[in-house]
Amino acid sequence: MKISRRRFILSSAAAGGGVLIGYAATRPSRHRVANDTLAQGEERFLTSFLKIEPDNKVIVYVNHSEMGQGSHTALAMMAADELDAAWEDVAVEQAPATDLYATGDMAVGFAGEFDVPAFLMPLIEASAMKIAQIGNLQTTGGSASIRFTGQMGMRVAGAAARQMLIQCASEQWAVPASECTTALGYVQHNASGQSLSYGELADAAAALEPPAEPVLKDRSQFNIMGKAISRVDIPAKVDGSAFYGLDYKTDDMLFAAIRLAPVFGTKLVSVDASEALKRRGVQRVIELEDSVAVVADNYWRAKEALRLVKTEFESSDNDDISSADIAAQFDAELESSGGSEDFELGDAGGNLELAEDQIEASYRVPYLAHAPMEPMNCTVHLHDGIGEVWTSTQDPLAVRGRVASLAGLGENDVTHHPSYLGGGFGRRLPFNWNVIDHATKIAMEFSVPVKTVFSREDDMQQDYYRPAVTSNFKAGLNGDGKVIAWQNRYTGPVQTPGAAHIPYDIANQSIRYVDGNTHVPVAAWRSVDHSQQTFFTESFIDELAHRAGTNPFQFRMELLHEHPRHQEVLRVAAEAAGYGRNLPPGHALGLAVQESFGSICAEVAEVSIDANGRPIIHKVTAAIDCGWAVNPDTAEAQIESGIIFGLTAAMYGEITIENGRVAQNNFPDYEMVRMATSPEIDVHIVESGESLGGLGEPATPPIAAAVTNAIYILTGQRIRELPISRHDFSQGSSLAGG
Amino acid sequence: MATFKINGEEHSLDVEPEMPLLWVLRDELGMIGTKFGCGIASCGACTVHVNGNAVRSCVLPVSAVEGQEVTTIEGLAESSVAFYEPGALTAVQQAWIDYQVPQCGYCQSGMIMAVSSLLTVNPNPTDAEIDASINNVCRCGSYPRVRKAIRSIASA
Repeated sequence: MKISRRRFILSSAAAGGGVLIGYAATRPSRHRVANDTLAQGEERFLTSFLKIEPDNKVIVYVNHSEMGQGSHTALAMMAADELDAAWEDVAVEQAPATDLYATGDMAVGFAGEFDVPAFLMPLIEASAMKIAQIGNLQTTGGSASIRFTGQMGMRVAGAAARQMLIQCASEQWAVPASECTTALGYVQHNASGQSLSYGELADAAAALEPPAEPVLKDRSQFNIMGKAISRVDIPAKVDGSAFYGLDYKTDDMLFAAIRLAPVFGTKLVSVDASEALKRRGVQRVIELEDSVAVVADNYWRAKEALRLVKTEFESSDNDDISSADIAAQFDAELESSGGSEDFELGDAGGNLELAEDQIEASYRVPYLAHAPMEPMNCTVHLHDGIGEVWTSTQDPLAVRGRVASLAGLGENDVTHHPSYLGGGFGRRLPFNWNVIDHATKIAMEFSVPVKTVFSREDDMQQDYYRPAVTSNFKAGLNGDGKVIAWQNRYTGPVQTPGAAHIPYDIANQSIRYVDGNTHVPVAAWRSVDHSQQTFFTESFIDELAHRAGTNPFQFRMELLHEHPRHQEVLRVAAEAAGYGRNLPPGHALGLAVQESFGSICAEVAEVSIDANGRPIIHKVTAAIDCGWAVNPDTAEAQIESGIIFGLTAAMYGEITIENGRVAQNNFPDYEMVRMATSPEIDVHIVESGESLGGLGEPATPPIAAAVTNAIYILTGQRIRELPISRHDFSQGSSLAGG
Repeated sequence: MATFKINGEEHSLDVEPEMPLLWVLRDELGMIGTKFGCGIASCGACTVHVNGNAVRSCVLPVSAVEGQEVTTIEGLAESSVAFYEPGALTAVQQAWIDYQVPQCGYCQSGMIMAVSSLLTVNPNPTDAEIDASINNVCRCGSYPRVRKAIRSIASA
């Protein structure tokens, strides 16, 4: 990578005094907007990450959504540490949904026009950059906020500001900058005993040229990063004051309850709303292409009235499709097509023929809903030629664009009002537009704000699901029990290339996929393809270990000899879980390891089977190498969260298709892990010091296989289809139900 | 006309008697701290106290609280902290901060209301009693921290 000749760190005087520090990696076409808005004079000013005010207050502008992952806090910690600010003086603000804060543009800018400056290269792991580039607008996803925006944006802005403040002070004192130090929001000159606060220097600093290559701290110099700092968003989340998209309310607001076409992709044919229109509070019934909405002065009134609306939707070829048909379609595709290449190494086919022992297994996982706790909702207010939107989203900028295009407005005429997200998990990413689209179209009929709310049932039945996947394996062992061939044929769509790859040293591999397209809409679901693929690969490698007569820990360790980081997390997790030592009677340990989003996570599940034949997950021990942790406590919280999210899917998660539509309605038939079924979790963060890896997702993939691998030891039953709740362990090996 | 107290304040509202308390709070009164999660009393996000007892307000008709005292998350501290001053927190709320329990936080109003009610009735619950009493859904999986936070209060 060459160092760009163009400057990319910029500064400007802040309105009301002080200095703004930001970033200039964006498309040239957006410069004009940026400069009109923020820059002064000849500055080419774009994304602003931090502002230092005259009273020494530091405002950090965070262009990522807070959905519980703690990135508002961690990103501010990164800026504040490099700045040497006092944490007490730091406040976090959600950056507005404008072009200035487009995360994708930052990455695209660096990849294209600007290039990543050489001094930043060691900080960025390649996959984080790729995710940031794909996440084109203002996306929070791919476990990339900290490792991309934090590393390239926040730390650089903080370090640049610190150097400028030192320069200011040294000029005022007429002493060499090298004699000045910084701490807790002050520049000091120890020899003369002089000291100035950042606030006092901020105005003058705004006139300086920012350093082209600010010097970032070494980890040993961190004062804030690496500490378990309390999250800034938590106080509002214990007293009911935290504001979520669903919480926007005005006196004149209207509420819409909606019925969407139950079979995906079909249209509304006819509506009889005569009874609904008689109900108290009902204003109008709006017919859209694929749905009907009742708009009333209260959501409950709208929803009650909707029950009285008679609707007919068109029939379609998909009306008879069931989950069994989809599974059969996948089997047929896998049977009839050689598939597309994912990964080929050596000669898997030839070596399968040569193998002393050939093992085959077919795995299957169902569709899954995201089911964030805050049901999907969107309030749109179109008035006086502008639009305002309130919705919890993983991409405010993309929402702004979507609403603008539907409502026929310019992007800059639409404002997205920020809020916390009541869960995201991929459901609130761009392209999962249904609630945004319907809310906008409904609001186009009114001049007051209209809040469209999906009920939990709507949410369950009108999601963009984690894909159902079938994966067929063949492997060959030689006479010494060594794996000489690994073949995997699985159904797509491939959303995360590489998720089906294995870290194991097997000389002959053939991994291929077929389309797997159905009428069911699919999207990213926490950890994306890794959640399915890790269940498959970590189960099948376990099968091979047992077949080879080697214990699954040792078997993996030997095949991971070229992956010391994998070996280390596996060793740490196994050791902490008591692997190989005496367990309580009837308990067994299952393990799994997977690299995803730049982190490597090993999990060991301690499981027993109760008197009713139900598996009890007593404890999960996790070890994760995420390079190092910016905030170890939120890192641990994300591992706990990822494990429970994955455990819910493994134990209970299943969206089935019947008559072309989703059969599940609400939590009773899409059950969740709750207090009584939540295991003890023991997290070990392994700090290798390598590039930062993600934390929001990597703990989700290994848990399913860790649990089923333990169940195999306990029962001899190999679970090849999720969820686990469909299986009966009370006696022998029959699949419960169907 | 529905007449009842919310957080110590008398309210008289012209609403249908069968309207669930949740929607009276949220859509009629604009009290947003109490959350809509499932609408069928399965997830507990909408938990409030009626005369001190935890109830799921999404299925509770407003007629059922006629003349009763309703406490929501917004009034929890004032109703239970001695010598209350604005900003004061209950022991449960403080433990939620100390143990960094919430993630997305959406379920936590209901979780805190459910736990507060449990600890009033049973100040030192066993794990089994916690499991039996607290079955709120937290999609972020804050359960291990919920348990630690409860234990910290119970053992205090």
